[in-house]
Amino acid sequence: MLLIDCPNCGPRDETEYHYGGQAHVAYPEEPSTLTDSEWSRFLFYRQNPKGIFAERWNHAAGCRKWFNALRDTATYEIQAVYQMDEPRPDAVSPELAQAQHHAPEGGAQ
Amino acid sequence: MAENTLQAPAVSQEVAALRTSPVAHLADEMAAASVEGDRGVALREIPFLAQVGVRALPGTPSAAAVEAALGTSLPRRSGEVTGPAGRQVLWISPDEFLLVADPDSVDIAAGAAALGTGEEALPGSIMDLSANRTTLELSGPSARAVLEKGCHYDLHPSIFAAGTAVSTQLGPVPILLWKTDETTFRLLPRASFADYTVHWLLDAMSEFSAPEVP
Repeated sequence: MLLIDCPNCGPRDETEYHYGGQAHVAYPEEPSTLTDSEWSRFLFYRQNPKGIFAERWNHAAGCRKWFNALRDTATYEIQAVYQMDEPRPDAVSPELAQAQHHAPEGGAQ
Repeated sequence: MAENTLQAPAVSQEVAALRTSPVAHLADEMAAASVEGDRGVALREIPFLAQVGVRALPGTPSAAAVEAALGTSLPRRSGEVTGPAGRQVLWISPDEFLLVADPDSVDIAAGAAALGTGEEALPGSIMDLSANRTTLELSGPSARAVLEKGCHYDLHPSIFAAGTAVSTQLGPVPILLWKTDETTFRLLPRASFADYTVHWLLDAMSEFSAPEVP
């Protein structure tokens, strides 16, 4: 069981949350100009990194607000939580920053 | 349509007599399951408390209007409860609150008018949610032990102080859990979950009627 730190409510059990997939997938500026391939890439293509992953969570049993978290998919350690409108914070350690630097960014390409 | 709902006439004596609370049919079972003594725990329903859902972001003109109308400041952080006994506001999320007051003691129409109408209306809402949840009161020295069988929140007094309330889960049921004093908890499940919640609690309470197994 993960203990996830809701930015509004504090630490709560994982069962109080719903998972929302990859964070920072921006809606296309001009959806009508996208090809089918580009549209499918926006809709369905997501990163699957081993290491730090920015993802969305919803505190369904508490404040019912969405927030973002940086989670290590290998260790399940949650490095940071931040509000939906905040930029992705830098990784907390130099090794993680390096790992992020080498990881491809973004879902919409 | 919201205005019509809010300005519903006061409950008449005849209608009040016909009102049935969600777990009224379990009152006898709750009384029979209550345990006295050092390991005591008691369960009862506090029916028909007035509940008013408030949506407004603290610090905005909407919140100021709401606070003036309710006569109570809005809580600012998780767990905080504001207001005098019998008319208290619980924090649900940064812009959502629940006023819990004595039955039929709140003029919701007047509160809703505080936000204005038409194009001049301030963003936010004041909504009568009195029938949304019922209130169960679990009290006694073993109340915390009963809840800890299935509550997902840390109930240790160093984390969960008397006079605070949180939104969490009891077993699978989403509830508002409100600690009114050191050994008394108010549970506010939605009305449709109330029957299940009471049966869950009665089952959890049953061990305390027997002497402790060393």
